[in-house]
Amino acid sequence: MAEAIKYRKERIDRGIKARSDTIYMLSSYRELLYLLLPRILPISFLLLVPLWVGGGYWGKVIFYSCTFALLALSWDLLASVGLISLGQALFFGVGSYVAGGFNYYLKWPIFLTIPVATLGGALICTLLLIPVLRLRGVYFSMVTLILPLLFDHLIETLEILGGTHGLLSLSPFPNHWLADYIAIGAVILCLFGFRRLLHEDYGFVLRGIREDDRVVMAGGINIYWYKAQTIFLSAAVGCFAGALMTHYYQFVGRSAFALDNTILPLAGVVLGGSGNFAGSVLGTFILVPLSEALRALGGLRMALYSLILITALAILPEGLFHYFERKYHQFERLVSV
Amino acid sequence: MELFIYGITNSVTLALIALGFSLTFGISGVANFAYGAFYLLGGILTWVFMNQIGIPYFLSAIISIGMVGLFGFFLYWGLMLRLRGLAVNEVIATLATAIVIIEVLRYLGFSGFTYVLPEFIKGSVQIGKSWVDYQRIFLVGIGIGLIIFLYLFTHKTKIGLSFRAISQNERTAISLGIDSDWTAALSLSFGSALAVVAGLVILPLGSIDTQIGYDILLSALAVGIVGGLESVPGILVASLILGFGQIVVATFFKAQWQTVVTLAAIVIILAVKPSGIFGKYKELEERV
Repeated sequence: MAEAIKYRKERIDRGIKARSDTIYMLSSYRELLYLLLPRILPISFLLLVPLWVGGGYWGKVIFYSCTFALLALSWDLLASVGLISLGQALFFGVGSYVAGGFNYYLKWPIFLTIPVATLGGALICTLLLIPVLRLRGVYFSMVTLILPLLFDHLIETLEILGGTHGLLSLSPFPNHWLADYIAIGAVILCLFGFRRLLHEDYGFVLRGIREDDRVVMAGGINIYWYKAQTIFLSAAVGCFAGALMTHYYQFVGRSAFALDNTILPLAGVVLGGSGNFAGSVLGTFILVPLSEALRALGGLRMALYSLILITALAILPEGLFHYFERKYHQFERLVSV
Repeated sequence: MELFIYGITNSVTLALIALGFSLTFGISGVANFAYGAFYLLGGILTWVFMNQIGIPYFLSAIISIGMVGLFGFFLYWGLMLRLRGLAVNEVIATLATAIVIIEVLRYLGFSGFTYVLPEFIKGSVQIGKSWVDYQRIFLVGIGIGLIIFLYLFTHKTKIGLSFRAISQNERTAISLGIDSDWTAALSLSFGSALAVVAGLVILPLGSIDTQIGYDILLSALAVGIVGGLESVPGILVASLILGFGQIVVATFFKAQWQTVVTLAAIVIILAVKPSGIFGKYKELEERV
């Protein structure tokens, strides 16, 4: 045995957290700031950063980060009912192809294709996943891993929707500001909207299903209905990201169903920390710019994401955001045993 | 007759591919999504030993089987041990490991016609109206041999029985004196080594392409899921169904439909009976 342990680490909530936990007790600007700062900082960062970097290359990177952040948020929402998806590429791809298809074949304008892709794509994904709602854990993950591959091969084999060439020259956004701010607005809306949602009564049911589905069933709640609703909401966000990306690139092809679109958001969530949505956004906003900076590595980027994923899983399983949150709310000290 | 010969070889190929995967994921319950990557890694290691270091074939085959087996063991001991019990994190971790291995190998350029493993004996023999090369006959023989070996291993030997024990009920297994971490690590190691064995038998039929790392994983998943992950007879039946299905589809429709059929089979079986045709152990855990 090692030497007897003399000290242990104790974590205590900061006084200011205890005082500002309920909004009625705010008594100073400092406490107000303590509550507001973590919310205002990311919002103002997101709103101001396109003005700072402008268009061009890094403007594109901001746009990518936002779309992948949307995918990560959608993953996190699914995970909060206990459905672990390994197929964000399914949502992304379905959204891309619905938007691209309507724009290419029917010449629908962009402000029509994106909402249609969001809702229609979400409906398609929900109908696809309803038969497997009963599956738990790894089995659900495997279905979601296989489905995008299946679609990829179907498009290749049937040569529908442009086949291996994809659909080219779709309508672009009128200007890049619009694209950037639509994506940023969606990220902010989903981030704070989902956080609020999970603290409403509705969210308690969702979290209950994740913790113990049978107890929730015993409470007389139809968990399949709740799961289907969550899948719809989550798929809508994923399809929206796909539709945005389609019109940004003015192209949709089989790459929409590629493994990258699953691994990148997943790596973002694991790095940032799952379960509170802020972590997913933080993680993707670290990973996507990092990967753009490392674009010279080419094919190794996928390997790099995976390496980050493994390291984050092994070393910091709680995620960066939880770590920072703990430091913000609590202090640590050594006390003698 | 031709259909029958191709069907049999294809089925046995699928069974060979699925054996190692089923040993780890099905029988001892450790998800090894790096299976296809190990298959690829084994083939490439053997090639490197033979052509760049100049070790004779059988020695380099044995060395690569051993190395990948050890790699599997340390993958468990270094990484999976921290995630044990969180099945989904295990899947994410092994899938990420697979991507690292495959993408690094792709980056190093191990693809194409230069990378060919030798056949055991060159030449072919005429059966009925069609020519079958000796390698395919070896493949069928080795495949059937390994299935029998695996059945005996998991039903008669102490290690094999403990593999099945930790999959059925880990706590009870621990209380009976089975070291579950050690057993799980061994099963991952054995499964990885089996992947290399399958690779050494199957890869000489074509050239090495890094993409097969993903394809092999899919085939293994398909056979495992359709047959029922923990059952050796299940693997046999599933690989016969899928093997003949693929050949029939490829003969009467287009070759690309093969993959579609495989993937669709996985999704349908998962939706209808997730434990597979022969699976029994996990019927209560997998769905509500």
